[in-house]
Order: sequence, then C-alpha cells, then structure tokens
Amino acid sequence: MIRVQAEDFDVGRELEKLSDGNLDVGGVSCFVGLVRDMAGDKPIETMTLEHYPEMTEKALAEIEAEARSRWPLADTLIIHRYGELAPGDRIVLVAAASAHRQAAIEAAHFLIDWLKTKAPFWKREVTPDGGQWVDARSSDDAAAERWIEK
Amino acid sequence: MKLLYFAWLREKAGLSQEDVTPPDTVATVADLIEWQIGRGGGYTEAFSDEAMVRVAVNQEYVGVDHPVAAGDEIAFFPPVTGG
Repeated sequence: MIRVQAEDFDVGRELEKLSDGNLDVGGVSCFVGLVRDMAGDKPIETMTLEHYPEMTEKALAEIEAEARSRWPLADTLIIHRYGELAPGDRIVLVAAASAHRQAAIEAAHFLIDWLKTKAPFWKREVTPDGGQWVDARSSDDAAAERWIEK
Repeated sequence: MKLLYFAWLREKAGLSQEDVTPPDTVATVADLIEWQIGRGGGYTEAFSDEAMVRVAVNQEYVGVDHPVAAGDEIAFFPPVTGG
C-alpha cells in the first residue's frame, strides 16, 4: 500500500495492520525517516517537502512492485509525508512483511534506498540563514546502486 | 505541451507550470532544454547547469534523447531528495 499525505502517522498501528489477520507473516521490518535538527552546523527551523503528485504515486507503485517481484512478501507499505515539517517529525515509513526475516529486512532496505533516489520529492530546509534546497547525496546513489541486478 | 517545474527549477523559472508551443524543430528533450535556455531570464538560469536537471515525460523519467510532442506533460526538476 502507498500513501502520500500531509498528516503524521502512527508507526505501531501501521505495522500491526500490515500483518493483521495473516498468520503466514513471520516478520515485519521497517524504516522510519525523521527530520534532523541540524543542517551541518546550522539549526533547522522547518523542513518543507515538495513533490510531484501525479508522478509520486506512479514512482512509489513501481518501487513497491519491484520489491514484491524480488522477495516473497505478504505485504508492503510506503507512507511519505509532504508539506512543512519540524525537527523530530516523521517523514517516511517503509515496511515489508514476509514469512521470514531475511526477505522482510532486505525488502525494507531496498524500498528506502530506491525511494530516496527515484521518488520525486524535494526537501527545503530553513535555518537562521534562510531557506536552502537540500542537495542530492552521491552516497544515496551508491546505496541504490547496490540493488541493481547485474 | 504542458511544462512543470519543481523545487529550485520552479523558483528560477518563476512559475510552477505553463502551456507552451515550441517550434517544430523541438523534437527531443535535448531540443526542449536548448529552447528553454534561449528563452532568457529565469529560464536561462534554471537550465544553465544541465547536469542538475532531471526530466520526466508523462510522469516517467527519460533521457535527453527522448522525443517530445504536443500533448505531453514534461516535468523539469533537480535530483530528488525525499525519504
């Protein structure tokens, strides 16, 4: 399931729903992304996430479908927020449920790595120096690269 | 065709979307970027560092050789930073 929303989400409740009524699920793995309080040595006041709604849904659906084609998953979940957030706020939740831990853990790792380099979201941080668009990191590209099937 | 701009490309271009009819010689994404640079002002600035511009045609990532046509939705944006 995919949800792109301004509102916060309840991690515990979302994870419970992922395996509810499915006793084949032996494990659920997840990653929760949060807004940090510092940009380098500058305190972050707010972080705003912009996105491309029509493409976001499509890109996330492709990422989810790719995970489900690679691992035997009972269910997957991607929730990504947009709009203005503050330090400590949740940004993203990815989770994967499977019969066994390896598939669940690897799939959750894959989901966040691919999302970071493929889903059309952009972060803008405001510090006492003003607003600044966050630059993409080459380490994120490298993290996604390792999931490319050779 | 409908053009969309996001993040700092939107700020530099000075708008989030517009409908345009480029000349017939604009057949690919590369042609379209070249045409944008030639429009001057914020457009020239937005597209000055082509390596920082990502393009999606009808919500799919494409390379600069991808064709563009009337009726397409073409989005320009910097490398993504979600998650």
